[in-house]
Amino acid sequence: MNEVASKEAHHEEPGFWHTYLFSTDHKTIAKQYLSLGLFWAIVGGFTVYLIRWQLAYPETKVPGWGFIAPDFYNVLVTMHGTIMVFFVAMPILLGAFGNFLIPLMIGAQDMAFPRLNMLSVWVFALASLILLLSFFVPGGAASAGWTGYPPLSAKVEYTGVNWGLNLWLLAHALEFVSFLMSGINFLTTAMNLRAPGMSFFRLPLIVWMQLTAAVLFMLSVGPLIGGAIMLLMDRIAGTTFYLPEGGGEPLLWQHLFWFFGHPEVYVVLLPALGIVLEIMPVFSRKPIFGYYPIVYSTIAAGILSFVVWAHHQFISGMDPRLAMPFSITTIIISVPFALIVFAMIATLWGGSISFSTAMLFALGTLATFLIGGLTGIFNGSAPVDIYIHDTYFVVSHFHYTLVPVTFFAGFAGLYFWFPKIFGRMMWETLGKVHFWFTFIFFNAAFIPMFFLGTRGMMRRIANPTQYEFLKPFQPINEWITVAVILLLLSQIPFVINFLWSMVRGRVAERNPWQANTLEWSAASPPPHGNFETVPTVYRNPYEYGLPEVAEDWLPQDRPFTPPAGVRQSES
Amino acid sequence: MQNWFPENVSTFGADIDEIFWFIFRITVVWFFITEGLILSFAIKYRRREGQRATYVKGNNRRQLAWILMLGLIVLLLDLWIDIRGAQVWGKIKGQMPSSDLQVQITAKQFNWEIVYPGPDGKLGTGDDLQLENELHVPVGKIVRIVLQSKDVIHSLFLPNLRLKQDAVPGREIHAWFEATKPGKYEMPCAELCGFGHSGMNGWLIVATPEDYEKWAKEHWSAEK
Repeated sequence: MNEVASKEAHHEEPGFWHTYLFSTDHKTIAKQYLSLGLFWAIVGGFTVYLIRWQLAYPETKVPGWGFIAPDFYNVLVTMHGTIMVFFVAMPILLGAFGNFLIPLMIGAQDMAFPRLNMLSVWVFALASLILLLSFFVPGGAASAGWTGYPPLSAKVEYTGVNWGLNLWLLAHALEFVSFLMSGINFLTTAMNLRAPGMSFFRLPLIVWMQLTAAVLFMLSVGPLIGGAIMLLMDRIAGTTFYLPEGGGEPLLWQHLFWFFGHPEVYVVLLPALGIVLEIMPVFSRKPIFGYYPIVYSTIAAGILSFVVWAHHQFISGMDPRLAMPFSITTIIISVPFALIVFAMIATLWGGSISFSTAMLFALGTLATFLIGGLTGIFNGSAPVDIYIHDTYFVVSHFHYTLVPVTFFAGFAGLYFWFPKIFGRMMWETLGKVHFWFTFIFFNAAFIPMFFLGTRGMMRRIANPTQYEFLKPFQPINEWITVAVILLLLSQIPFVINFLWSMVRGRVAERNPWQANTLEWSAASPPPHGNFETVPTVYRNPYEYGLPEVAEDWLPQDRPFTPPAGVRQSES
Repeated sequence: MQNWFPENVSTFGADIDEIFWFIFRITVVWFFITEGLILSFAIKYRRREGQRATYVKGNNRRQLAWILMLGLIVLLLDLWIDIRGAQVWGKIKGQMPSSDLQVQITAKQFNWEIVYPGPDGKLGTGDDLQLENELHVPVGKIVRIVLQSKDVIHSLFLPNLRLKQDAVPGREIHAWFEATKPGKYEMPCAELCGFGHSGMNGWLIVATPEDYEKWAKEHWSAEK
């Protein structure tokens, strides 16, 4: 079963280049994705600083930067969205965690296609380089919004941006190619390289989530790649796919973009929920509540996510009769997610909960994501959307989904798997400081944005004081900016902890959290090839607190015969 | 909580606000239930020396009923929100009421060009009048807006009317409102439309019938 992988996996003594740069080892590739994602998070964080300063103190010099012209402000909001969704969330949640965990959790030596995996990270690196270059070409970087609506994005004269936007499109195309290759690898690996005994319903839930995300991405990205090529043709070859003066249709782009764009939300959400679902049972010492309903809810949400996209377009000029069907599917998608949330809460019930940093971030993900989910119902209701569309209500809503998903869950995963990834423990005390500051300042910054939204403050305006009806609320904008700057500063403990622990942290044992899934049976960090012997799987991944076992955990690969007369609970 | 929104001066604005508050009440209850459960479980079931967790897997019907029952309530509330939403959506976006006044608004980088039909009530005739960024309407009359764009997508936003509609080049999109209170209200663009997006703004001037007549006379008497 593992022949293909083992041939690739057993290189003899790889040199420096093959160990750190051109490695086919899924763990090294995961670290490469992680490094690129964290690099982009710093760039993305810096755009936040510039954006928020301008909003609080318009037309003043940003300390350490200078004045922000209106067209550069548009570059900032555009690149902030692009960077955070495609160059931070995707590489960290899928690239890093997906690559690192899938082979280890299913008991494989590596991915099914290790070379393809290496190619995917290098294509992503190339995409990153191109996106970075786009800041420095004449005319500057893309400024038509991260959604790139034509005609604004389709003609140079509308924005004054020429190659910046072309390179932006190219960077997207390469990023998509990279994650398509990853998705193929994830699916093939999980289907073919599972260890003996690892049936589909013994897979850890994060593997289910990663696979569903891979399928959603593969099925939705095609139309957008086609759409992006048409947009590029409009820009450089004089076609008019989106330009009405040549018979084109601007709304075509919106449909293609959101047909991808909404499933994309779940592409990053599901792996993040997977991280939370892995951490919760370990620190509650309880099985996850309702494994099967969670799997089915995930698949149902995935299917539904393909028929909600036009909720981004209620007031776009599309036929108003189309709105209600999309409004209904959108609001109904809350049901599968509600079930997953209830299952998480039920997992806490009767537990023996210890608050490690990883668990705090997992609970923080759940607590904040709830606000994102609930406020989505306002946006999903077509009549309410007439008013709150394109306001800060929407801005706050999607930050309440994407920040918990990308950062809270991302941090939870890093604190949890750090010992496995780097072989050393992180400093828990500093981690808790990091959590509490992040949690407090995140909410302090984003709760007031809902209010700015209901007062009508529009997205993507560089200067709220240009509007009489927004002037009275400028103090709120200043408050948000202070909170956001403190939120950014709250990440310093993490950076220190991360770098310090990597070289000086306490050396980690194999299974520091006493967890059940297979990755904890491998050495910390696992060597090339992962396992000394291919593990055999005996049960599902969440057997914590089994009454007939003395310890309160039972790893998936540990044989266990219950004492005579005691019936082993079904698995 | 009324001051969460700018003053409403349209006939359908109250319906939109009402749906907002309807959803607000439902989601706030769920917010406190779920956050309360997370918090109380986290405190109540924190680790104690020598105490093991309850072994519950949620893999039989009796246990699953707990979450499935809640899921069913969520579904029913969702449908309730959908039904009430559909009624309001239908009222605003369904059959357009016949209008007393038609105004053509053409968006361009970075202005609203507003064309009034003049005394003959028809657009595209000799007595049309064009103003920049000023929309004059009488109170209590149904106004139909014919929305167009010359270049990129803009979005006509009238916060006090709870009206927002994208202007798409190559299309003529109709919207309507009936203002209920005279006054001067802002009319910004809500869709990113280029470097001048921030500050693209206009004014809606809702006048009493007499003031509106006066304004109309001033502007058309010169020609007649």
